[in-house]
Amino acid sequence: MRSLFAVAMLSGAFSLLSALLFVTLDAVDVAFTEAAVGAGISTVLMLGTMALTARFERHASHSPALPLFVVTLTGAAIIYGTLDMPNFGDPAAPVHQHVAPEYFERSPHEIGVPNVVTGILASYRGYDTMGETAVVFSAGVGVMLLLSGLRRRKRKGDPDEDTQNKGGKA
Amino acid sequence: MRHHLILRVVTKLLVGMIMLFALYVQFHGDYSPGGGFQAGVIMAVAFILYGLVFSVGQVQQVLPVWLVHKLVALGVLIYAGTGVYSMLTGYAFLDYAALSPHHPSHGQHWGILLVEAGVGITVTAVMVAIHYAFVGRAPLISDEEW
Repeated sequence: MRSLFAVAMLSGAFSLLSALLFVTLDAVDVAFTEAAVGAGISTVLMLGTMALTARFERHASHSPALPLFVVTLTGAAIIYGTLDMPNFGDPAAPVHQHVAPEYFERSPHEIGVPNVVTGILASYRGYDTMGETAVVFSAGVGVMLLLSGLRRRKRKGDPDEDTQNKGGKA
Repeated sequence: MRHHLILRVVTKLLVGMIMLFALYVQFHGDYSPGGGFQAGVIMAVAFILYGLVFSVGQVQQVLPVWLVHKLVALGVLIYAGTGVYSMLTGYAFLDYAALSPHHPSHGQHWGILLVEAGVGITVTAVMVAIHYAFVGRAPLISDEEW
């Protein structure tokens, strides 16, 4: 598949399907994020990138054997890693034994917020969330620094003139 | 997209609803799934959709570039400011009990509301700023080429 437009659409559809997968796993907050970020914003940004670069993938100059081998090996390693995972919904799984019971016990009277996930994210794990916000902030600043260099000059010119220039170059 | 009449009409109808839904996700995050990150992305989508269907110029009249750049920093400042405030009043950093010393549970509500608002503002502004950076870089491919 060489059409990058189709690839972007397919990855958006894949994101939406994995959001449904998260709903099935009862991780509604994660599903929400996946649907909004993965299927929504990422697709738009990929389309934006395509508008700046190319809409068709070039033919590869090397044989696909080595990448295919690496991908197969990595996939096999990941599947091997899931073999000793606890069953889905197993109450004895380590993840349900460590801090989760404590959060569920303390959250109602300490935080008083019905959605325990929000309580953990914003209060118990407030430092982490602040770090994540800082990451989003620095990612935004990075993209702005990288991409907005040409914008000032472009905006002064007539948009129609720019279209013609771009068309001539391509 | 001047000739896409259906897209333009549907977008005009949807943008308001998308924003309303974003505010719902933002402020109802205490009770239902959602919070600052999701609400920020949904809010940004409203602006990006409007910018895609109409034009970047039109959406930048509502949300100018300079304002977006200020908002990117404002959200982080609100979040960190909440922590600094609780530190100044003698509590631990980001201990929301500081916001309502006589009723720590209320303080938690206020604190979560504030930091989620900070997260939402930063995420909205960053997404819109990235979108502006992309579309401001070069003219979009003309409609016929898609």
